[in-house]
Amino acid sequence: MSRIGVAFDKARADGRALLVGCMPAGFPTVQGSIAAMTAMVEAGVDVIEVEIPYSDPVMDGPVIQKASDIALAGGVRTADTMRIIEAVAATGAPVVTMTYWNPVERYGVDVFARDLASAGGTGLITPDLIPDEADEWLAASDAHGLDRTFLVSPSSTDARLAMTVQHCRGFVYATAVMGVTGARASTSDAAPTLVSRVRAVTDLPVGVGLGVGTGVQAGTVAGYADGVIVGSALVRCVLDAPTEAEGLAALRTLSGELAEGVRNPTR
Amino acid sequence: MSADALAPVASPQPDSAGHFGRFGGRFVPEALVAALDELDGAWRTAMADESFRAEFAALLRDYAGTPSLLYEARRFSAKVGARVLLKREDLNHTGAHKVRNVLGQALLTKRMGKTRVIAETGAGQHGVATATAAALFDLECVVYMGEVDTERQALNVARMRMLGATVVPVTNGSRTLKDAMNEAMRDWVANVDETHYLIGTAAGPHPFPAMVRDFVRGIGDEARQQCLDLTGALPDAVTACVGGGSNALGIFHAFVGDEAVRLYGFEAGGDGVATSRHAASITGGSAGVLHGARTYVLQDADGQTLESHSISAGLDYPGVGPEHAWLHDTGRATYLPVTDDEAMAAFELLCRTEGIIPAIESAHALAGTLTLAPKLAAELGREPTIVVNLSGRGDKDVHTAGDYFGILDKER
Repeated sequence: MSRIGVAFDKARADGRALLVGCMPAGFPTVQGSIAAMTAMVEAGVDVIEVEIPYSDPVMDGPVIQKASDIALAGGVRTADTMRIIEAVAATGAPVVTMTYWNPVERYGVDVFARDLASAGGTGLITPDLIPDEADEWLAASDAHGLDRTFLVSPSSTDARLAMTVQHCRGFVYATAVMGVTGARASTSDAAPTLVSRVRAVTDLPVGVGLGVGTGVQAGTVAGYADGVIVGSALVRCVLDAPTEAEGLAALRTLSGELAEGVRNPTR
Repeated sequence: MSADALAPVASPQPDSAGHFGRFGGRFVPEALVAALDELDGAWRTAMADESFRAEFAALLRDYAGTPSLLYEARRFSAKVGARVLLKREDLNHTGAHKVRNVLGQALLTKRMGKTRVIAETGAGQHGVATATAAALFDLECVVYMGEVDTERQALNVARMRMLGATVVPVTNGSRTLKDAMNEAMRDWVANVDETHYLIGTAAGPHPFPAMVRDFVRGIGDEARQQCLDLTGALPDAVTACVGGGSNALGIFHAFVGDEAVRLYGFEAGGDGVATSRHAASITGGSAGVLHGARTYVLQDADGQTLESHSISAGLDYPGVGPEHAWLHDTGRATYLPVTDDEAMAAFELLCRTEGIIPAIESAHALAGTLTLAPKLAAELGREPTIVVNLSGRGDKDVHTAGDYFGILDKER
């Protein structure tokens, strides 16, 4: 079983959901992003999702767009992301990578998979790669023992849902709302329905993302999902802080609240 | 155009998932797949439906003013050294070929029961065309436009608002066409139930490239017949400018099966493809994934999209429709870059010899034709006949051209 699968099982045994925290690689700098992700782990985030910054992130809202732009303007390269993954994996927390497809294709799909595996990454979340177009990634992830997380959406038909989860390994990413990343005032009504539709076709753990930003929301999602995925709200801690130290402090506080939330599921 | 002009031809089609060889396909969030499938189904059903085809043909005839003329440009021909026939898409309602695509997609929007259209625009031409169709069909219309473009094309922003559209300036990324397209995709993901994304060119995820090509293919169907009527033969070459590439595919498609007819697409070479300031995705880019399809893309070593440059806002885009990528790979069409300066020289030449002010986009096709003609004449041993797609009129470009030629009176 994959390292992510083991982590999900452990959380399930403890009667809680797994907390996945996302941060773009190289934001605000390479060292700064390692410090941020390390702080998240220390404050209770179970799994770190490292997003490779991309020039055209169509699934991301304004907060992650801005952070990605800052990372790219700072000159971060795909090779730097591999170093960041290695450094964060050294904390002991599983590290999953989120990436739009073109940077992988440009790097070379098999070489990318090989380097990701040797950096200690567990697998990829691919927001703009659907299984229909993923032959090369299916082969490379098999060859290098990596997990594959494709997204499912409230608009997915039953047939697509079944097809998509069949190609997933590690966990399934359920997008809670029809929309892009970004914290929202209320959590989605569509998400619980989507999660039960996924459960009807797979035993894989289900993580829910898009729009979760507070400890209370994390508790709500933990009530029906195996994993709670938080991105923009964490990124905003760093983005809005006047200094790096204050950003890290805010990040620790929010990570702690979220970690508390996933331990107190609202059922 | 007759309804029959929409009938399938024997030229190659993409596979059922929209792949043109290794290009095309769907690289999109799963959230959009259901909408793309719905659109694919609606398009296929509509094209097989005689009443839809008749309605589309009537709109093109009575509202858009097609078939557009095929005009023999004698004074321009004398300068070129070829018999040049201009496909006058500049005379269509809204001033470009784009009206054909928006009318087709607006009809489909109605058929799917959707009430809102969104669009991206660079120069504003597609935005104006979409706003026009939205007014005609009583659809809510939101147009995303890079902030940089809203400033340099203020008149088109006003035109869209006049037509009842909401124009949203896009302030992220490079604040140009590609970022407007990103923002339109984000809107679509969030509002897909009631919204159709009316993409302005033969790019994006399947079925857009093949569908848009189908809606604009009347250009070539008409031109082919008009050329036969006028000259008694097919042309030696067909030329067009290529940004996203809808006008070029529109005129190429009818000729793809005519092996003796050479097809040339002229890309925006900006300051030259050897510089970093150009928009020539095929001649100066590499295979990659952008905006939902695999195609040629201007990108760096890490797959980050590079900013494009062209004096023509309509060609200023770092990707190209996947069917062009495939026509390039198979060798069926030839793609060459044309610099800003070459395009503007051809722009001036057409103004002075024919009294026609072309869009700067279309001036790229004219410039490429000027270079091509002597080579083709030498190869054939006679004067060649070349059909040039004059895809749009230049009214929108008068300020840019005035600046370029230094003919504007100084502001007091």
